[in-house]
Amino acid sequence: MSTQEQAVVHVHRDDIGSRMGMWLFLFTELLLFGGLFFLYSVYRFMHQADFHVAAKELNVLVGTFNTAILLTSSLTMALSITALQRNNKKLSVFFQLCTILLAVAFLVNKYFEWMTKIHHGIYPGSDEYLAMESGRRLFFALYYVMTGLHALHVIIGMVLISVMTRFTVRNVITHDNYVKLEAAGLYWHLVDIIWIFLFPLFYLIT
Amino acid sequence: MDNDAATAANDHVSFLKYKGKYKGIRSWILSTDHKRIGILYLMALLCFFALGVTFGFLIRLELLTPGKTIVEPQVYNEFFTLHGVIMIFLFVIPGLPAVFGNFFLPIMLGAKDVAFPRLNLLSWWLYVTGGVLIIASILMPGGPADTGWTFYIPYSVRTTTNVIITGSAAFLLGFSSILTGLNFITTIHRLRAPGMGWFKMPLFAWSLYATAWIQVLATPIIGITLLLIIVERVFGVGLFDPALGGDPILFQHLFWIYSHPAVYIMIVPAMGVISEIIPVFARRTIFGYKFIAFSSIGIALFGSLVWAHHMFAVGMSDTGQFIFSFLTFMVAIPSAIKVFNWTATLYKGSISLDPPMLFALAFIFLFSIGGFTGLIQGALSVDIHLTDTSFIVGHFHYVMFGGTGMGIFAALHYWLPKMFGRMYNLKRAKVAFWIIFVGFNTLYFPMFVMGWLGMPRRYYDYLPEYTIYHQISTVGSWILITGMIIMFTNLIQGLRKGKVVTERNIWGGETLEWTIETPPTHDNFDKIPMISTPPYEYKQNETEELPEEIIH
Ligand SMILES: [Cu+2]
Repeated sequence: MSTQEQAVVHVHRDDIGSRMGMWLFLFTELLLFGGLFFLYSVYRFMHQADFHVAAKELNVLVGTFNTAILLTSSLTMALSITALQRNNKKLSVFFQLCTILLAVAFLVNKYFEWMTKIHHGIYPGSDEYLAMESGRRLFFALYYVMTGLHALHVIIGMVLISVMTRFTVRNVITHDNYVKLEAAGLYWHLVDIIWIFLFPLFYLIT
Repeated sequence: MDNDAATAANDHVSFLKYKGKYKGIRSWILSTDHKRIGILYLMALLCFFALGVTFGFLIRLELLTPGKTIVEPQVYNEFFTLHGVIMIFLFVIPGLPAVFGNFFLPIMLGAKDVAFPRLNLLSWWLYVTGGVLIIASILMPGGPADTGWTFYIPYSVRTTTNVIITGSAAFLLGFSSILTGLNFITTIHRLRAPGMGWFKMPLFAWSLYATAWIQVLATPIIGITLLLIIVERVFGVGLFDPALGGDPILFQHLFWIYSHPAVYIMIVPAMGVISEIIPVFARRTIFGYKFIAFSSIGIALFGSLVWAHHMFAVGMSDTGQFIFSFLTFMVAIPSAIKVFNWTATLYKGSISLDPPMLFALAFIFLFSIGGFTGLIQGALSVDIHLTDTSFIVGHFHYVMFGGTGMGIFAALHYWLPKMFGRMYNLKRAKVAFWIIFVGFNTLYFPMFVMGWLGMPRRYYDYLPEYTIYHQISTVGSWILITGMIIMFTNLIQGLRKGKVVTERNIWGGETLEWTIETPPTHDNFDKIPMISTPPYEYKQNETEELPEEIIH
């Protein structure tokens, strides 16, 4: 993605089209998770009691903390766009860096949460895991797969925002051409929204 | 970059000779020109098609006699898996949208390129990477997947073959397909020439629009399903594995939620091609334009609600069975609407049987057989008898090869001269067509018969009473392949040494691609056209019909 190619793209610029493409892409991401939500609902229906027991084993405090982190990061992301719209490049870059930092905090938190589970012997393939009731095992299978895939999206989002920060510094993204930053922002909000669904499904509903 | 100088030097040079930023091979594999990307797809596609045909040929050869003919059962399983995976993910799904959609959609809309040219190039690279991975899975220790293209669990978790590689390849190909889809949707929404309302769009564009929505909405589901197979194999999480409490039937649901709509990703663009070709060679305005356009959308909508008809023998509530069977019958209606409109277009037309038209007519004929045999299996009681027999193999090939395959062949004969500015030998093309047509029916029709008599599909061995049908079928495969070799040699020779065509309107079409130079220039249009009329206005038949109208 060199700046030269940018120049060529500028010849044909269609912000509405770009946004439309991004929305379509986000929709496919939602559907990707949709498959997992489908599995979750079926298995929850099939093993209500086991899910109930298993959900109690998750740490609500850690989950709530992570939710707060992600919501704040969505805010800083939105603020970075607003800052750029008002032609305040420095502030925009600052908020983008904040977002990345919060994403790192989320992942660190997640790492320790997973690690605690693993120390307790709850991970695919462990003796404890194989000895569980099917419902409880399915709960943790879904827990690992869904939060894992979500974490992967957090990482992708971080990389994406880092690239945008570079673009902003190099004036590829400017106050009158910020559709790319906006797209990255939309992606980040999606990551946030998916977490907003995951959080109650795993931590709150018992 | 000095754009003005570059434009001056490239003035009215065909896109094949256009000089951009890069030279040599890089001017192709790094090009963001939708026409060059279309041709890149075409080249890659034909290589994979050759591979897919080879595996098909080997399957048929193995089935020539009961017991072992050429290979061991394990290799045979790998053959039919590879044949399915390659043909479906690398040939039929990307076939029309990625090659002819890329090349002609922007032109038909009066645009200079697709909405996201670089994304377009990325999707080609993903496609090629997926293809290379599949080939890698053949060469790597462990051997290619032997699960069939459906990757059913639990076998796909237990087998020691390279399911992970084949699965990731299919995942990448799905991603590529999604990107093409969202590119086309945005292109159609944003880049139609001034004056081109939705109902002045050519029907091929309509079909690509419906297809693109299915690509965007259905493909993520197969994406997550394939990811889960990989996760299941690597970590043993047990989401589908019955030994760990998972439900393998849920896997089948997820798989078919994508894979039935995928059938429409495959067939709808071909219907679009046929809707383009029929009016041109019948010299008549298409009958029921809006019906054809909306039936594409209808197929896309209904088609997403019928997936469980692949699972009638798996176990489902009676109500579920009834509903899915009913919807399956419903989804036949929009397809039938198209067939009726095509025949109505042909009626009283002055038909010229050039090669594109021959393939288009073969499409209607073979697709109808494929469609009707589909209905037979949509009926619950009959399906119990026919499930997992070669009847379904026959049905599927009549729809996918007789339909989409013929659609691709028709598109090749219709548009290649426009793309390359050279004409193939018409007479040889017709000879090839007849050999293909005869070979096709000899190959696939016996499958209906032996399937009805109880021959299971995917079996390595069979009872002696089925021998005769297998032998007819295998001989058919030889005829078909001979025909295809003649056809492709003719086309390739035509492109390299055939008569040069500079005439803009080769077949007398009325859509925009026939108004621009042959082959098109880099920018397609000197001036973006203003559209004021619908796409299929055949003046000649209007004047012919006028006196009749007066008599009435
Ligand atoms: Cu189906």
